[in-house]
Amino acid sequence: MSKFRKKKKGIPAVNTAALPDIVFMLLFFFMVTTTMRETNLVIENPRLPGATEIKKLEDKSLVSTIYIGKSKDPNRDGVGYNKVQLNDKISSADQVPAFIFSKRDKIAEALHPFMTTSIKADKESNVGTIIDVRLKLRDVNALKINYSTTAATDN
Amino acid sequence: MARRDNPEINAGSMADIAFLLLIFFLVTTTMNVDSGISKKLSEKPPADYVPPIIKKKNIFEVNINRNNELLVEGERMDIKSLKDEAVKFIDNGGGIGNPSEDGTPGKECDYCQGERSEASSDHPSKAIISVQSDRGTDYGTYIVVQNELLKAYTELRNRLSRERYGISYDELEQAFIDAKKSADLKSQVDKLRRKVEDIKTAYPQIISDAEPTS
Repeated sequence: MSKFRKKKKGIPAVNTAALPDIVFMLLFFFMVTTTMRETNLVIENPRLPGATEIKKLEDKSLVSTIYIGKSKDPNRDGVGYNKVQLNDKISSADQVPAFIFSKRDKIAEALHPFMTTSIKADKESNVGTIIDVRLKLRDVNALKINYSTTAATDN
Repeated sequence: MARRDNPEINAGSMADIAFLLLIFFLVTTTMNVDSGISKKLSEKPPADYVPPIIKKKNIFEVNINRNNELLVEGERMDIKSLKDEAVKFIDNGGGIGNPSEDGTPGKECDYCQGERSEASSDHPSKAIISVQSDRGTDYGTYIVVQNELLKAYTELRNRLSRERYGISYDELEQAFIDAKKSADLKSQVDKLRRKVEDIKTAYPQIISDAEPTS
């Protein structure tokens, strides 16, 4: 009896039953906001230029991304900031139409005009490369493009 | 007071599981919202396409060379003054505009506040900005130029929208987007759309990319 009483007087353990709730809340937040990266970057993460007059890309499923920048492996792909990455590998502007067609296959035909091509190019890439890509996009009627930029503060 | 204790389920490891998942999502999350400068490319012209003849004064020529220097209307220019020059050019309103689609002849630009000089553009609907860059130009510079030109249009649209509707164009556009999304603002959608279209047609964005020099 005396032993039992002693126990009652001791400091009660902190109730951690609510901890999972908090953690789950955080978990759901991150699950909802997560977008899984679909492609591995073969080029170095492009340093996007900054701009102020920007628009958000609304529907992620309708966006196909073309990366332009410096290769992570210059021994294999060569140096320079003008490597074009489509899907998972370095390609050239000539392969852009095939890339666009493969993206279109996955999407209902009615939505094709709303598909956007996001160009994520490094600051130091040359306009020539961008224009080559753009001409190819025009050839296959992928007319909506978005030059990906970071949001810069007004100067 | 006597109280019966319910045997509690041990939930201690629940936190561990949740943490594990949490950390996994933390690591794989990329929070960046894709945003950037949106453009609509022109369609591929047919082979026998003859470009229309456009008066020189209605074209605002911007050249960027391979050293990322700017040549605007034949003069060297700093990137900082580009926006103001573009505004001046678009807003000049020296003549009459394009005839509208239903065939009524073009009118003078009654909302322009420019100098109405003979040597500059006739009307915002006729004012064309042509950007020509070298193949070797840095993409960063190209984007900065595009951004400055867009800024010029935004400034003009904001001004006109404030005059006509009391709010800036950015706010007007936002209100339109919000109204489209929410159910109880349905009645306003058409009204807002008309307003947005009105401003858009008053200052249409005509930025063309000329073939690059090499």
